[in-house]
Amino acid sequence: MAAYFASLNPLDLLGRFPAGIAQGLIWGMMALGVYITFRLLDIADLSVDGTFSTGGAVTVMLILAGWNPWAALAMAFLAGLLAGAVTGMLHTLLGIPAILAGILTQYALYSVNLLIMAMKANQAVSVDKYVLILSGRTVPLAIWVGGIMAAVLIIILYIFFGTEVGSAIRATGCNEQMAKAQGINISMMKVVGLALSNAIVAMAGGLAAQYSGFADVNSGRGSIVIGLAAVIIGEVLGEAVMGKRLNFLGRLIFVVIGGIIYYLVYTLVLWLKIDSNLMKMFTAIIVAIFLAVPYLKGQRKSSFSRAARNARGEGK
Amino acid sequence: MLEIKNISKTFNPGTINEKRALTNVSLTLNDGDFVTVIGGNGAGKSTLLNAIAGVWPVDSGSISIDGQDVTGLPDYRRAKLIGRVFQDPMTGTAATMQIDENLALAKRRGRRRGLRWGVTQAERGEYRERLKLLNLGLEDRMTSKVGLLSGGQRQALTLLMATLQKPKLLLLDEHTAALDPKTAEKVLNATERIIDEDHLTALMITHNMRDAIAHGNRLIMMHEGHIIFDVSGEDKKNLKVSQLLEKFEEAAGEEFSNDRMMLS
Repeated sequence: MAAYFASLNPLDLLGRFPAGIAQGLIWGMMALGVYITFRLLDIADLSVDGTFSTGGAVTVMLILAGWNPWAALAMAFLAGLLAGAVTGMLHTLLGIPAILAGILTQYALYSVNLLIMAMKANQAVSVDKYVLILSGRTVPLAIWVGGIMAAVLIIILYIFFGTEVGSAIRATGCNEQMAKAQGINISMMKVVGLALSNAIVAMAGGLAAQYSGFADVNSGRGSIVIGLAAVIIGEVLGEAVMGKRLNFLGRLIFVVIGGIIYYLVYTLVLWLKIDSNLMKMFTAIIVAIFLAVPYLKGQRKSSFSRAARNARGEGK
Repeated sequence: MLEIKNISKTFNPGTINEKRALTNVSLTLNDGDFVTVIGGNGAGKSTLLNAIAGVWPVDSGSISIDGQDVTGLPDYRRAKLIGRVFQDPMTGTAATMQIDENLALAKRRGRRRGLRWGVTQAERGEYRERLKLLNLGLEDRMTSKVGLLSGGQRQALTLLMATLQKPKLLLLDEHTAALDPKTAEKVLNATERIIDEDHLTALMITHNMRDAIAHGNRLIMMHEGHIIFDVSGEDKKNLKVSQLLEKFEEAAGEEFSNDRMMLS
């Protein structure tokens, strides 16, 4: 035991934090995409597991083909937009439950991603040979670029969801009957929301691939869970810090902060020399606990066992 | 204003739950008509309103509003002509959005939604004035989430939303049934005032016969998917609850004797 603690170097942990922040910013942007579907449209969209990899695949292959990295990233955005629209249409036009529509898209994207990557499971793009937007080799720069991009994305989303179309998407997610009575085409709004969400996720995937220096067909596995973790961590923290003053802009900011915190915890776990393969389990447990808390809180207020205690005169 | 010709609707056709909800119903509303609709459970009142709103397509017949044939249009495309208030106060508003945002959504009913602002400062002033008329103090809570309002407040807000952009037709589906008597009266009075001031054409379902007589210039009674009684003008003004009950029993009694005939 003593030997274990002796082997941990606190300075080493501090040294690893910047990389955690850079990755957290990228995954925080990804989580903004999840926030759109999960919180605003009230749909748990599993396509993101596929579109995150798609974004990486498109970006890396286009950069290898000599494209400007920004143009490649824009194409990744479009690819995600398209994939999200497919999920949306499977759901609205063909009546497939949203969660299943997402699973189908994600499943199909595995093949599509391999096709994009010339049937290889991963494709490297070296920062030595190509100009990249950011790279894990120069972490401070990656934090700057990632931070600015996240800020711009938050502002764009904040403005977009204040527009007529954005309001219509929010109304659709909140109350479909009301939305229809106000003349809103709810099917269209769901497709637009899913497309936008997956476009953002694919863009984050493109950034993550550049950061790590390669695109991997499995890089998106579990994105939905990490995205949810970031959204939930951000919400809990945001509500604790801001209370009732937490407005929409604040919520978006805290989603990205949630992503950063997730990666800092991840860094800590690695530093503690815990096998990183266990991280998926920890993440799932954390997400399950936080999703359960609001439900259990409600249960505590009105539960049968409590009614039974009251009836026996035991009070609270 | 509204012209319904021979519409029929059967739910779950060909199954054990088959239900003929509307049978060859025809109804014409003139400009400015305020019609109250009464009838027992399963008479087809809500089905009639849903058919007009376009919740689902009718099996046969046609519906036109303001001279426009809407039979083939889904609800969200008819919405530019129709304002609706539902029975459940939760249905008509978006709980997680602010009062002004809800009103702004209603203000854009039937218009193309683009990338312009969802709510502008100029509209907020207009909404404040309209909310003041409701006398519920909502004008000072414009940025509150609608989910924080009471059922009566939400229903009053829904009524305002339905009439913010003068609809060709206002559909009220027992919109005061879920409220306590005092609030119900407030909302009903607001309804009457708005219909009167804006000269709206309206259909209002109610389970309260006294309300049905006291409001509007015309009354229809439905039974088993048919309109069995249609009265307007002086005749309606002089109508008594006892007369309505008689009509009601007449219709139900006939059914009773039919059942007896089948048994014997």
